[in-house]
Amino acid sequence: MTTADDSRILEFDVRTEEMLINMGPQHPSTHGVLRVVLRTDGEIVFRAEPQIGYLHRCAEKIGENLSPRQWVPYTDRLDYLAGMNMNLGWALAVEKLLGLEVSEKVGHIRVLVAELGRIASHLVAMGTYGLDLGSFTPFLYAFREREKILNLFEDVCGARLTYSYMLPGGVMADLPPGWLEKCEQFLTELEPVIADYHALLTSNQIFIKRTAAIGVLSAEDAIGYGCSGPVLRGSGVDFDLRRDGELYCTRMYQGYTYQVIVRKDGHYPKDHDYPPVPPEAVIGDCWHRFYVRMLEVVQSIDLVRQGIERYRQAPGDCGVPVKMTQRLPKGEIYLETEAPKGQMGFHLISDGSAIPWRVRIRSSSFCNLSIVPILCQNCLIADVPAVIGSLDVVLGEIDR
Amino acid sequence: MAEFFVDRLSLSAPVGYTLAALIQCVLIVALIGVAALLFIWMERKISGRIQDRWGPNRVGGKFGWFQTLADGMKLLTKEDLAPKDAQVILFRLAPYVSFAASFSAYLALPFADGWVIAPMTMGLFFILAVLGLEVFGVILGGYASGSKWSLFGAIRQAAQVVSYEVPLAMCAVVPVFLCGTMDLVAIGEKQAGLFTNWLVFHDPFTFVIFWVYFTCTVASVNRSPFDLPEAESELVAGFLTEYSGLRWSFFFMAEYSSMLLVSGLAAILFFGGWNGPLPIFHCIGWAYQQSETTWRLTGYLANLAGCVNFLAKAVLGVTVMMWVRWTLPRLRIDQVITVCLKYCVPLAAICFVGALMWQTLAWPSPNDLVPVTPAGKAGVREQWVLQQAKNAGRENLVGVSGPATDMPVTDIVVRPLEQEGGEG
Amino acid sequence: MWQTIMTQHQDWFRRLTERFGRGITGSSLEAVDPWIELAPDVLVEVCRFLRDDAEMRFNVLNLVSGVDYLQIDPKKAAKTDWEPHIEVVYHLSSIKKRHSLTLKVVLPRWKDDQEGQLPEVPSVVAIWPTANWHEREVYDLMGIRFVGHPGLHRILLPEDWDGYPLRKDYEMPSEYHGIRA
Repeated sequence: MTTADDSRILEFDVRTEEMLINMGPQHPSTHGVLRVVLRTDGEIVFRAEPQIGYLHRCAEKIGENLSPRQWVPYTDRLDYLAGMNMNLGWALAVEKLLGLEVSEKVGHIRVLVAELGRIASHLVAMGTYGLDLGSFTPFLYAFREREKILNLFEDVCGARLTYSYMLPGGVMADLPPGWLEKCEQFLTELEPVIADYHALLTSNQIFIKRTAAIGVLSAEDAIGYGCSGPVLRGSGVDFDLRRDGELYCTRMYQGYTYQVIVRKDGHYPKDHDYPPVPPEAVIGDCWHRFYVRMLEVVQSIDLVRQGIERYRQAPGDCGVPVKMTQRLPKGEIYLETEAPKGQMGFHLISDGSAIPWRVRIRSSSFCNLSIVPILCQNCLIADVPAVIGSLDVVLGEIDR
Repeated sequence: MAEFFVDRLSLSAPVGYTLAALIQCVLIVALIGVAALLFIWMERKISGRIQDRWGPNRVGGKFGWFQTLADGMKLLTKEDLAPKDAQVILFRLAPYVSFAASFSAYLALPFADGWVIAPMTMGLFFILAVLGLEVFGVILGGYASGSKWSLFGAIRQAAQVVSYEVPLAMCAVVPVFLCGTMDLVAIGEKQAGLFTNWLVFHDPFTFVIFWVYFTCTVASVNRSPFDLPEAESELVAGFLTEYSGLRWSFFFMAEYSSMLLVSGLAAILFFGGWNGPLPIFHCIGWAYQQSETTWRLTGYLANLAGCVNFLAKAVLGVTVMMWVRWTLPRLRIDQVITVCLKYCVPLAAICFVGALMWQTLAWPSPNDLVPVTPAGKAGVREQWVLQQAKNAGRENLVGVSGPATDMPVTDIVVRPLEQEGGEG
Repeated sequence: MWQTIMTQHQDWFRRLTERFGRGITGSSLEAVDPWIELAPDVLVEVCRFLRDDAEMRFNVLNLVSGVDYLQIDPKKAAKTDWEPHIEVVYHLSSIKKRHSLTLKVVLPRWKDDQEGQLPEVPSVVAIWPTANWHEREVYDLMGIRFVGHPGLHRILLPEDWDGYPLRKDYEMPSEYHGIRA
């Protein structure tokens, strides 16, 4: 093409061309094997299109060939950073189909362990977000504390990553003796450390500059795109399945006192002395999503404390997990639970045999990731990791 | 040293000079190479400490002294890869450019009173100019890699370094004006005596300008929070993405030696160089007197202590850079440029004017508390032969351009010998 | 409490049948998760109605799943009480009202019973943007064409993958681009 009749020449000294860049699947900051195709002009990203599927392991197809009890280990590998919560979602879904009701004690064990899992998941989210923004140290601080949680989990079920601890109908085993004391000690150790995280990230000026007013997600978009968990609450939507979910999901939290972490009437629930919201931050931006997670850690600590007390007084046993050959009643159910990353749902259809007809997984990260093209319009390349990190996606759950 | 060979050992001038240059070359490469290894080890230990972990603790004893050496050996055995789309010659050349630029700058850096490879009246200018060349290696490497990430890294580096050269030079020029010379030895000499004589305490403006200088140097050697050209969470590894093995480690060595260099420069410009906080060696009479031109052991020892002093300050600066790196998140490219153009440049300009005003109006300054007459003859002692040469009227033969004057150090023709050293 | 939910669903069902008549083809309000079955051609209007109606306000589409009802075991197939078909199941919920509903659309396994012709259902992307990826996934794994989808291509599997793995009669290819699968 001749340039003489190109009208753009009059406007620009230098003609620029769009450049297509593959961020991932091998990229340090895409949290796994995510590939984002960026259309850029220099440092400016016009469009970011996530391409997924690199970690597809046919979990749903496998679910059609295994009984619910057998499929539990596969749930571990969905959101592998919060295996306990994935177990919980599946266990509750199967219980809903079977119409089972577990003892109070099992409920408290589940709260305890699920909230610890939430803390672990949020710690990783916090640490890796630091990494995404170029700050290494919080990552190791986060992993140091997570390691202690994994030790606790190891005491409970023998595994550190893929627990398969919560089974439909109960839990694998009761908490070992002395575990509650260890857990309490961990909580007292964790609490003061959180101030360090806030000092290194939340209230750090560079961190605020990198995250405040970046990737602003409006409440309408968040709802429309099915975002959930901290992403939804970071946009100011007051919704938490632990409080607002179905009975099967909320039953075990009955009697616990906690507030949903969301910015309401201009402030977050005030039961802490953590850094104030900086003036630059806009509701729904990366900073708020991060902050919600940080506050949820504090909240989960509180829930675990309550759980310990209530477990000590709870009657009942630790449940009888369903048998591998247990026949499922004919029918279909759908149940969502509040996993650390958002609402984790299982759609379970049974034709009356021991093996489900169909298992469908609703993954929170899948929906949360789908807003990346919206959030990453006309941002800088450096904002892309900042946005994706603030969504806290795990590819195991997205690709299933 | 060359004079020593020529005069004392009666070697012919070319042989003597070549020999001297080679020895200095080996010395500097060895010193800086070892320093770079040490810094990499130190960085790991420091980051380990900061991050509540051990850092290297196996190779070479309890403290993992040889970890870097072992890694170096590993890197040596790696395949020397060039990507398919790379401009192979430029790609292979780039690490050397960076490395050579970073090492050549040491030519003009005095380690103690008069201990400098090539004494130059324009020492500071030389260092800043040569240090600026390091960016060429990075741009070349990034451009020639044939990778988009590398290209991004290179362009970022270009934008960043070019912007930060401006405030950096403005900061560095303040001590020059205060001392009236670009000769780093003379600038160091001027700050002899008590620590109150250090230029950083000259007036509030110099105190501020030191921090501006520090920020700019962190940016110009690509350290976090300004490590955008590498930015591993955005650009994979930036300009380093396609490099492996030894070439990669050359970039690394260049980075660490630049860190030492700018910290050393900060020590000379603002923190009295090789002068300790208390003039002990002056008090016990070991240090050279002003008019002295002959070599003596005590003077040598005093100088050695000065050298240790200087290195300690420089290493302290490097440590602070590491501390910063492991604490702060990274800035975004627009914020990096904003910091430079909106904060560093105006601040440097104001402080520049302020410091000069302070000096011109002779306002009270801590530097006046315990005044020391600048020795002024600093460079001469280690080049005592110059005096003899002058006496013998052989100035032109030993490479002195023009007749020797009262100026402490005369212009010496700079011989570009260090480049070969880079490849060794 | 359950009683009120029950009546609530009956009320919705009544309103829907009044409004859309024949389009509402069935329901099971006694099920654990009550569902309403729709004809594909009214799906979009029903969904828009469900989202915008002041009483229902189903502003979240939780999940779109495709279910293949095909019994491949001939012994069991003789005993099944349904014809082979495919269902698309939409799980809706409301953040404001805190209630949920399941919609189902029944489709033939192949359009016009010609194998290889994907069954078609209108896309609801215009109503809930989240349907975009969910529908792509259902298309990818179950082989249902969502008419009106802005970019219906495979999401988890490679673009050139053959077949739809979650169909009951799917057979795993022995190799993919020369790689043994």
